[in-house]
Amino acid sequence: MKTLTDNWSTYWEGFLGTLSLFLVSAVLALVLGVLIASFRVSPVRPLRVFGTAWVTLLRNTPLTLLFFIVVLGLPRFDITLPFFTFAVLALGCYTSAFVCEAMRAGVNTVPVGQGEAARSLGMSFGQTMGLVVLPQAYRSVVAPIGSVMIALAKNTAIAGSFSVTELLGTYRTINELGYSIVWTFVWIAVGYLIITLAVSLVFNLLERRVAVAR
Amino acid sequence: MSTAEPPPGPGPATGPGPGGFTPLIEMRGVNKHFGALHVLQDIELTIGRGEVVVVIGPSGSGKSTLCRAVNRLEPIESGTILIDGQPLPEEGKGLARLRAEVGMVFQSFNLFAHRTVLQNVSLAQIKVRGRARAEADAKSRALLERVGLADQADKYPAQLSGGQQQRVAIARALAMDPKALLFDEPTSALDPEMINEVLDVMRRLAHEGMTMIVVTHEMGFARSAANRVVFMADGRIVEDRAPEEFFDAPESDRARDFLSKILKH
Repeated sequence: MKTLTDNWSTYWEGFLGTLSLFLVSAVLALVLGVLIASFRVSPVRPLRVFGTAWVTLLRNTPLTLLFFIVVLGLPRFDITLPFFTFAVLALGCYTSAFVCEAMRAGVNTVPVGQGEAARSLGMSFGQTMGLVVLPQAYRSVVAPIGSVMIALAKNTAIAGSFSVTELLGTYRTINELGYSIVWTFVWIAVGYLIITLAVSLVFNLLERRVAVAR
Repeated sequence: MSTAEPPPGPGPATGPGPGGFTPLIEMRGVNKHFGALHVLQDIELTIGRGEVVVVIGPSGSGKSTLCRAVNRLEPIESGTILIDGQPLPEEGKGLARLRAEVGMVFQSFNLFAHRTVLQNVSLAQIKVRGRARAEADAKSRALLERVGLADQADKYPAQLSGGQQQRVAIARALAMDPKALLFDEPTSALDPEMINEVLDVMRRLAHEGMTMIVVTHEMGFARSAANRVVFMADGRIVEDRAPEEFFDAPESDRARDFLSKILKH
């Protein structure tokens, strides 16, 4: 406990860093993921091709490599951003590929007839997706998206190696001060648990809510 | 391409609708394949305003595909389809606008599962026709009254019987004030005791002068409500005649064979 209380401010800073990395990346991943999923099921071929390429590229690249590409690659094109923004870009885009695939699986659970009925009434592709298909897809994607979000929360740890203040990186500071390595990591693990369990809780509640709304 | 009255298969071209014959739906040389299967072969079909045309035929004959081609739920490969004189647009806004003019009723009802009965009937009125919610809901309630379901407005589709769901689907299609209605085997997924409640609604629409294409196995409905019977086999229109003539004296072997199989017991 002394490890925690003595280094409270270090832990707290790291915790907040991880939390904000997670929240901003999650928003980016969800927005991009839904958008790319719509691309992948759209009737416009170039959009489908773009969506497929996006997912293939990002889902099959190791996240650490993606960090290197963003942090070392983008400055070559004179794009210099704070490390936090670089990290959010890498995490958000990477995770969006997984969100997209979960959404697409959800879209596929909605019977084809639902979309056909919407189109037969004169709805556009956007209206068909937004009013009929996606609202019904959400209920089957809540659980898998929850898993993707938990993975994202843990993946934020990689940002620590790229000069972003976050929870895992705090071990260096604390360890240098001579605290027990085991207890240092125990408290870091507790920090991650707080975030991931909160995510689980939120998604369990969501799942219960969409289950009764029928 | 000739624009004269089409010769529909070997049968004589009969079936003037009530009053003068003004074509509303025209199919000219329509072809479509599903892989190696030539599911629509040189389809020529003209449907007049106010006409009720029943399409029958063995399964796999292409009758559902024909019905779905009219509002381009099935894209065709060659030929033209005209609705009210306008060619069916390929994609996009023009197609959506035309679809709003042609209602469709499906075998599996396809009511929006996440919306109440009232919302099902109102949704496209609001989003596609741009009506105010109150106006749309009032129209929806009137239509639900007409199909005998006014008291079910706030239920979800899953809480209704099949026959009730199909009547809601008809109300939903009618809410767009369509020029024509397409019925794709509307009673095939229903329990026998529910078939008549749906057919009654359809019969009433037919008598009120709605233009209808009905793909069905209900021969009783074809006899009592249709102006013409179109018999399809292997992707072709084999006969296109008045119902009495068709049922009493089918001309083709295919039709005789088909009728003997379904009317025997």
